[in-house]
Amino acid sequence: MLELLSLPFMQRALLAGLLVGVTASYFGVFVVQRRMSFLGSGLAHAALGGVALGLFVGAEPLYVALPFTVVVALLIAWVRERTELGADTAVGVFFSLSVAFGVVLLALKSEYTADAMAYLFGSILAVTPADLWAVALVAGATLLTLPFWERWAYATFDRDLARADRLPVLFDDYLLTAMVAAVVVSAVKVVGILLVAAFLVIPAATARLFSKTFAQMTLLSIVLGVVGVVLGLFGSYLYDVPSGATIILVESAFFLLGLLVTRKI
Amino acid sequence: MEFAVEFEDVSVRFGTYTALEGVNLKIPAGAFVAIIGPNGAGKSTLIKLVLGLLRPTTGRVLVFGTPAPKAPPEWLGYVPQFKTLDRSFPALAIELVATGIRRRWPFRIGPGEREASLEALRRVRGEELAYRRLARLSGGELQRVYLARAFVRRPRLLLLDEPATGMDVLGEADMYRMLERYQREQGATVLMITHDWEAARHHATHVLVLNRRVIGFGPPERALSDECLRRAFGHVGHPHELSFSVGSRDA
Repeated sequence: MLELLSLPFMQRALLAGLLVGVTASYFGVFVVQRRMSFLGSGLAHAALGGVALGLFVGAEPLYVALPFTVVVALLIAWVRERTELGADTAVGVFFSLSVAFGVVLLALKSEYTADAMAYLFGSILAVTPADLWAVALVAGATLLTLPFWERWAYATFDRDLARADRLPVLFDDYLLTAMVAAVVVSAVKVVGILLVAAFLVIPAATARLFSKTFAQMTLLSIVLGVVGVVLGLFGSYLYDVPSGATIILVESAFFLLGLLVTRKI
Repeated sequence: MEFAVEFEDVSVRFGTYTALEGVNLKIPAGAFVAIIGPNGAGKSTLIKLVLGLLRPTTGRVLVFGTPAPKAPPEWLGYVPQFKTLDRSFPALAIELVATGIRRRWPFRIGPGEREASLEALRRVRGEELAYRRLARLSGGELQRVYLARAFVRRPRLLLLDEPATGMDVLGEADMYRMLERYQREQGATVLMITHDWEAARHHATHVLVLNRRVIGFGPPERALSDECLRRAFGHVGHPHELSFSVGSRDA
């Protein structure tokens, strides 16, 4: 096992996996408590448009997908805020638009279709140094936004109480949405576009089963996210199966175990 | 005379719907005001204007002489309807009380905040609720926790949206005693939405009868006059005293 860790691609995979494991499960608690799971899924699909655009213009896909998805996320938040349309409708419109955009771009340059597949299903063992930098950038931004935890948590509990206490709830909403988008993009190489929403939601949902406070839920979600990545990654290497799917299977097993232990089933 | 809240020709419209129209009102500091009116009368809109959560379409709202959205939050103690609570949010009662001091959701409660929160819970006879999950509290227990959250910052103005909902008769009487005691000790002003005219008559110094406009405002015996009630509700007696017979034309 130790010699496995001496392999550079495995080191990159593990580091990238740990960083996205921490950031995704950290933001996952807000996604779960604000009932934004569909947003996570929608943003993952929006990332496909960004990745396709990156491949089309010959740039590093994640560096294009990152601003692209953040802009889509902000547009979703804006439409949700400014119209009477439901959040799910806003997400549905923009995620379909982004996927359609991505599919058209990939059709125009069909030689890149195989590269796009790596993003659809995830390929953590093919994480490049450039991918790792993108993941580190998002992890750094997450560190900078740690002081927002108490504000986001307050508005998650009750928006009106937070607004009555003069918190800039609208700005905080946009910032949270943008950060969720960035985290989703940083995780697509690890777990793939199709599974990234689960990566965001399952550790937080499992943590919710055991937690009495939101702080406990946040810490436990991070621990579960990290353990899921480590076990999933080694399982994927040992059995030669896709890494993203293995990580999600491990995290889902924790969730089912949680349901059993807390006697919810 | 100092005024806690002043409405100067305030109207609120949502598209073509008018929630409040031409409200002019001066609420003296230290008053205990019960706000009554039928559903859709604009009672919650009025409270939201004072909290600074809503901007009037026309006119302005002042809180102790300061425009409402700029009034320091420590002046205001707000008790929302407990029905708005998201019971899926994992939280202990003491954390909710501590938000009254920190004005954020506490990741960790400091010793000073803990002591102040426990003291506020003692004040509402809810110390034993401190480490219980919010999701497991009854409506009455939850209202006491919200009340403690409002008391903990020692506000000059308490705003309560139907605080007696979910309480039994004894719990309701207990809550009014707590409110009156707080008001007496702190010299605070209380604005409370209620559907209970009798409670308004017994506990309030002023009653505001609202139906999108101010129908009446003053001491209970004047504001709860037959004419005001007829104009606001279309009838005079307390709803519980009216006799209806289902299917009857008279009803």
